[in-house]
Amino acid sequence: MLIENMSLQNLDEINELKNIVHDLLNEAKKQGATAAEAGLSVDDGLSVTARLGDVETLEYHRSQGLGVTVFIGQRKGSASSTDLSPASIRETVQAACSFARYASEDEYAGLPDKALLATAFPDLDLYHPWDLSADEAIALAVTCEQAARDFHVDITNSEGATVNTHQGIRVFGNTLDFVQGYRSSRHSLSCAVLGQRGDSMQRDYWYSVARDPGQLEAAAAIGQKAAERTLRRLNGRQLTTRQCPVLYQAEVASGLLNAFISAISGGNLYRKSSFLLNSIGQTVFPEFVRIHEQPLLTGALGSAAYDAEGVVTQTRDLVQGGVVQGYVLSSYSARKLGMQTTGNAGGVHNLFIDTGPDDFKGMLQRMGTGLLVTELMGQGINNVTGDYSRGAAGFWVENGEIQYPVEEITIAGNLKDMFKNMVAVGNDVDKRGNVRTGSILLESMSIAGE
Amino acid sequence: MDTLKHVQHAILAHTDIQYAQIEQIMNSLLSVKVDEADIYLQSSHFESWSMEGGIVKEGSHSIEQGAGVRVVSGDKTGFAYTDRIELALLLRAAENVKAIAKHGQQQQIRVQPTFGWPQYYPAVNPLKSYADQDKVALLQKIDSETRKLDHRIEDVMVSLVGAYDNVLIANQNGNLVADVRPLVRLNVTVIVVDKNGRRERGSMGGGTRDVYDYFLHGDLALSYGQEAVRQALVNLEAEAAPAGTMTVVLGPGWPGILLHEAIGHGLEGDFNRKGTSAFSGRVGERVASDLCTVVDDGTLQGRRGSLSIDDEGTPTENTVLIEKGILKGYLQDKLNARLMGVKSTGNGRRESYQHLPMPRMTNTYMLAGASDPAEIIASVKHGLYAKNFAGGQVDITSGKFVFSASEAYLIENGKITRPVKGATLVGNGPDVLTKVSMVGNDLELDSGVGTCGKDGQSVPVGVGQPTLKIDGITVGGTQV
Repeated sequence: MLIENMSLQNLDEINELKNIVHDLLNEAKKQGATAAEAGLSVDDGLSVTARLGDVETLEYHRSQGLGVTVFIGQRKGSASSTDLSPASIRETVQAACSFARYASEDEYAGLPDKALLATAFPDLDLYHPWDLSADEAIALAVTCEQAARDFHVDITNSEGATVNTHQGIRVFGNTLDFVQGYRSSRHSLSCAVLGQRGDSMQRDYWYSVARDPGQLEAAAAIGQKAAERTLRRLNGRQLTTRQCPVLYQAEVASGLLNAFISAISGGNLYRKSSFLLNSIGQTVFPEFVRIHEQPLLTGALGSAAYDAEGVVTQTRDLVQGGVVQGYVLSSYSARKLGMQTTGNAGGVHNLFIDTGPDDFKGMLQRMGTGLLVTELMGQGINNVTGDYSRGAAGFWVENGEIQYPVEEITIAGNLKDMFKNMVAVGNDVDKRGNVRTGSILLESMSIAGE
Repeated sequence: MDTLKHVQHAILAHTDIQYAQIEQIMNSLLSVKVDEADIYLQSSHFESWSMEGGIVKEGSHSIEQGAGVRVVSGDKTGFAYTDRIELALLLRAAENVKAIAKHGQQQQIRVQPTFGWPQYYPAVNPLKSYADQDKVALLQKIDSETRKLDHRIEDVMVSLVGAYDNVLIANQNGNLVADVRPLVRLNVTVIVVDKNGRRERGSMGGGTRDVYDYFLHGDLALSYGQEAVRQALVNLEAEAAPAGTMTVVLGPGWPGILLHEAIGHGLEGDFNRKGTSAFSGRVGERVASDLCTVVDDGTLQGRRGSLSIDDEGTPTENTVLIEKGILKGYLQDKLNARLMGVKSTGNGRRESYQHLPMPRMTNTYMLAGASDPAEIIASVKHGLYAKNFAGGQVDITSGKFVFSASEAYLIENGKITRPVKGATLVGNGPDVLTKVSMVGNDLELDSGVGTCGKDGQSVPVGVGQPTLKIDGITVGGTQV
């Protein structure tokens, strides 16, 4: 059975959707908006899970939506709908205008400055549809899960392997004559299995995600990695309460960078909900740290020529020599702070931290004796104060060698100190996400256990 | 009857779907061998209003409507959804999902409206229940009254959200059921700053399945502001939390999130049918001290987690999960119940027509015990009193869970003394309730703010408990 021949293949569709955005913007002006922006998306996808060697779920996704934000003078209102019909366009605009009339005058509200809108639209190579039938997807998921289940006799159960393939079109426009759209795709293959040894039962997973299906890791390799990760966790124990160095493995180290991004994001800054207020020009990290944004990488998950407001994105350093160079701002938060938008409405686009010379093994050796963290649980981050305390699992390391798995512990500190105490960044980069880093070694944290 | 008419109008009025078309789609699904099949039609309206910096910042409105078509055969599920409720699209969705099942005898059903279960909330539209200017006036009043409470308040953020959800579910037996689900929530967050520039946050909110009038009873709305300020000021004084294993007393109400994370998820039928939960195969065994009886109850009037029927059309129940420490059963949807040879407990929930149903909690709480809460505190020589929590997470398989305190105090020589901050509790689900040594007589349910995430789907839930004493749980502060 083939995926239905999707209308997305139709070359005219972006233009059709652009026309709907024009209709939305015109309708907004007609109903009294002095300015407006509108977005529209259409997505198609297939998701297949195989468990214990056979298909378990087969899901077809097709979703669509439109959203409009209107400004009546300095008053703002928004509305969205899953219905793209002309009647719905009228009603959605009407709802947005009605909300705007109840909003207060906000001197900072409004569209971005026209001069800051993107004017160049390079092909970022984000669209690689996967011509995959449901039967092929099932076969791939089965292969992936089978590799995990065959890996070792202690792999005793499975949550299955899942193949996801999605493609869509996003169109965005505003009343400053900006209307742009692009196609994109996203495919992933993941596997989660359980292992058991004695009384200990553990689950772990691995996944691969890419814009281009050709760049996904091989199905069997994903399954094997999931199995390996599950097995290594078996028979974990608690540590005693102590202070010690902590190495965040690359997959969880991105969380430290996300916490930094959150603390220098405009919304948190103007609400004074950040432990990094007034941090531009301040030394927040050790001198070796450079954190930068690369929005125009071809084929990457976070790539974009313009942000959620149509503002041009920037290739830039957020941290250089350990010193904060800039915040993460939208037009609104920038105006609230008396600054200029950084093209980050909707977030950062491909964030990197410069890596050092050590691979993962080298990082373990550099730590010597301490805790390798491979999993974090719970919220436990207070953005206002930087207080950090999260559930963790990982491995106890002595003399650069992994000794045994640990679980049911917490690691705690304050992010301000943790950033300052960063010792090194490994070159074992996890390339799957929008925030890419190798493993990160911190000098010391509080471990709570038995 | 009225509900059905109401829902039919809300969802189907401008579509080409009526009973005959629902029959046509269902009969198409029934050309293969199915154990469950359903068509889930939904129309949801949401609104949100927010205030910050002393101004009404923005409001937004959204409409989501569509239909999901599902076929279950054995343990295999086929599913497709569309945002357009149109016969041609739904017939095509039916064709696609049938591929999951083997060909069988063609069955024909007639759609039969079904009624007769109790309703736990009114069939009302909160969005229309209150004039927009009154919603704005309520926000402004909360904002200005809260700002007056203390000179250290730097900002106040207020949000008011409402949902009006209509669902219509047809199943393979031809039963057609309808539900109207109102849901409102109000939240107040404050930022305070002391003279040294130290900042802290406090937050309080509540909600119900009813209209916004709920917040006007006895100045409930203003009390959220008072509570948010109180918490923020306590945190201004808080010192670093201790680290290590100690006796912990959990306050009543929202700390019931412990039961949700440590116990509730592990008792969901899907994990137990597949044998992936730390509680798998343990019905009849002791999993808690004999002071503990835990239920999941979807039948509480007006509660955020309550449902008259679940998303498979099964009336909800008050399900005993643990009785005097013994595990009694799991939370079930139809698929997992059938495969485990039991009945659905009315816990088949889905975030929307775009998602598959699975076993989920409703309102999960522990019944009251016999101890006076003051006596519980007095019995602790050295420990932690955790009064409020920010959220939690669990690993179903290993049973390990964490949750983060947002308001906690040291207990020293039987007295609550200094506030501490940044305390995360970590433990093992199957053990933690075996260490419960005292249960208070002060059962409280939370104020109606819970949202539970599982497999990327969010649903509203409730939690609750009396004051609990746990002998020995790991507290993750920084003071080693």
